Amino acid sequence: MSRIEVLKTYKMYIGGKFPRTESGIHYPQLDSKGNPIANMCKASRKDFRNTVVEARKAQEPWANRTAYNRSQILYRIAEMLEGRKAQFIEELMQMGTTKKQAENEVFTSIDRLIYYAGWADKYQQISSSVNPVSGAFFNFSMHEPTGVVAVIAPEENGLIGLVSTIAPIIVSGNSCIVLASESKALCSISFAEVINSSDVPGGVINILTGNALELIPHFSTHMDVNSLLYCGNNKKAIQLMKENSVTNLKRIVVKKDIDWMKDENESPYFITKFTEVKTTWHPIEKIGASGSGY
Amino acid sequence: MSENKINLKSAWDLAPSLESTSLINLKKQYELFIGGKWVKPSSNKYFDTNNPATEEKLASIANANAKDVDLAVKAARKAYDTTWSKLSGKERGKYIYRIARIMQERAKELAVVETLDGGKPIRESRDIDIPLAANHFFYYAGWADKLEYAFPNRNPKSLGVAGQITPWNFPLLMAAWKIAPALACGNTVVLKPAETTSLTTLLLAEICEQAGLPDGVVNIVTGAGDTGAEIVNHDGIDKIAFTGSTGVGKIIQKAIAGTDKKATLELGGKAANIVFEDAPLDQAVEGIINGIFFNQGHVCCAGSRLLVQESVYEVVLRKLKDRMESLILGNPLDKNTDIGAINSKEQLDTINHYIKLGKEEGAEIYQPEGKLEKKGYWCKPTLFTGVAQSNRIVQEEIFGPVLAIQTFRTIEEAITKANNTPYGLSAGVWTDKGSKIFNMTSQLRAGIVWANTFNKFDATSPFGGYKESGFGREGGLHGLEAYLSFEN
Repeated sequence: MSRIEVLKTYKMYIGGKFPRTESGIHYPQLDSKGNPIANMCKASRKDFRNTVVEARKAQEPWANRTAYNRSQILYRIAEMLEGRKAQFIEELMQMGTTKKQAENEVFTSIDRLIYYAGWADKYQQISSSVNPVSGAFFNFSMHEPTGVVAVIAPEENGLIGLVSTIAPIIVSGNSCIVLASESKALCSISFAEVINSSDVPGGVINILTGNALELIPHFSTHMDVNSLLYCGNNKKAIQLMKENSVTNLKRIVVKKDIDWMKDENESPYFITKFTEVKTTWHPIEKIGASGSGY
Repeated sequence: MSENKINLKSAWDLAPSLESTSLINLKKQYELFIGGKWVKPSSNKYFDTNNPATEEKLASIANANAKDVDLAVKAARKAYDTTWSKLSGKERGKYIYRIARIMQERAKELAVVETLDGGKPIRESRDIDIPLAANHFFYYAGWADKLEYAFPNRNPKSLGVAGQITPWNFPLLMAAWKIAPALACGNTVVLKPAETTSLTTLLLAEICEQAGLPDGVVNIVTGAGDTGAEIVNHDGIDKIAFTGSTGVGKIIQKAIAGTDKKATLELGGKAANIVFEDAPLDQAVEGIINGIFFNQGHVCCAGSRLLVQESVYEVVLRKLKDRMESLILGNPLDKNTDIGAINSKEQLDTINHYIKLGKEEGAEIYQPEGKLEKKGYWCKPTLFTGVAQSNRIVQEEIFGPVLAIQTFRTIEEAITKANNTPYGLSAGVWTDKGSKIFNMTSQLRAGIVWANTFNKFDATSPFGGYKESGFGREGGLHGLEAYLSFEN
């Protein structure tokens, strides 16, 4: 007698919990032959708005963690993913990727997490500056996280697209809300399970599933989202996002035609795209009548 | 107490010490500077530029329309394709150094014209605007042949033609902030100064001529908002750099949404200047004065909200009022003047509207005594106390010498109040405790934080905002990024 397999319910990942969509609407995740293999949540505007609240709450405490701590947590995600790589390879294959490609994608994803984990306590050192102003002041510029970043993840990849966008955003202390690839959504929720067991505070990474075109108007107009990353080529959508961004002058970042599997698409400059430069001034006391006080 | 007070009002009667205007030689009429030549506007229309302190006309300024802007963009493109992008960084730098040097040589003339055209005290234009503008050219000249060191492994490349729109509060300085890094990075520019203060930018065009800068590398088109719109919407522009109000910045961002134009926006602000009980109070009072009354408060990063710790509120307020009594308001050409003329009738109306609004919102107003001249646009230094966080004079940018004062008890309250606006350009902190300074500076959501100082600027120091104060940085190494494209 053959055993009846237990099918997995794929929910979303919001504020460190796994709720269903409030919309009550689902869409089928298909395998390569077009057969439904799972029901994915179709995130609504309200789901998104609830998620922004969670992401906002989590952002400042996350940014206030030490860079060393954030580095270790990113490394921990990589460790957890390494331990569950078989599941991800299987899921990618279920969604139509060949075994070799799937292995490659999972391994690259793990390595990319480690790459960005390493940058946590280093990117400031290559991008900040001490500015020699002409006056008796100590003046320096450094990067701070922009805040809450919404992400439309690449449609083509189930896992590497997710990892390649999440890691550089959170490493500096942002929180993020990611809309996963609609057609390759299985891994996104399994990846949320990895995150959930990796010491990432709830709300720092939030993952929604659903339709990008439906959600872009909400992602781009929300007043408490500081930045929006769009990975894709839809010109109309890009224009709409940029137009909508004026509501609160959201920073819009567009990544077109990127092969996320390539090493050239990991970079510290991708981290600083989601930061703001802050310059601080302080006078230097001049003791004595002449000469440098420093 | 009050009877023991030194009478500072006599300071209003200091003997005049007027800067001479004899060394300036303004033309009656200024044309557009396009392709290295002075070109009449195709509409043949001109507008007046006036001295806001006397309401007298200084010169006629050409009004550029779509056709003129098109000419300017084409001239800039031609210069980019044929000369400027072909020059080595070293040679580009030498041209920019020349501009810096000639600005220094013509500094006094530039200062006098800046003061006549814009109404700012000669002390400020002479000691701040003009020297800083020259410093920007000198600083960025040196970057021209060193860009690979600023962006290692990124192969920085120029963008092409930059369209630049500057405001009326620091006319020449803002032109320098825009033109110097653009040229250093190998771009050519089409710049439109604000319509009330075109003169020093036109003198800068003369300086570019004197420096032998190749034709078309810098083009100046004068006019109002509709001229600016022609620049923003022109297909031949690769990058927009705008300094001005958040309202206009949003219109620009929307207008270029469907294009590949890059943009930097330096927009409005409503900076909190936060004074703790352990601050050196006399220094803090000077900082508050400088924070809000510098350049008549026409400063995007002005410390227009004062947050004072409750325990020292009374004493700070008393010192502040005393200090305000000694401020000299009057002829901007007088070297003793602290507060000059409001830039335009329109701006004076805006400020007066907010002052009226502040009273209507129930706040208590304080202005020092003294008479204002009948001619010209003037506004007394103004304080509002008893304001609420939701008051419009607390939330909105006034761009005038109007300070809203609030109190706080705890650090958390100060931070919450300071960050509670859509803006995030600058902030100030006054305390003698180092660890408190860094706690504050790291929690204030603003691009520039001044600790125990305020309203300081430098060519090497990046300037720009968080949130609705815009994006991108001007000044310093970070200011180069806006004028380059990268491989990664």
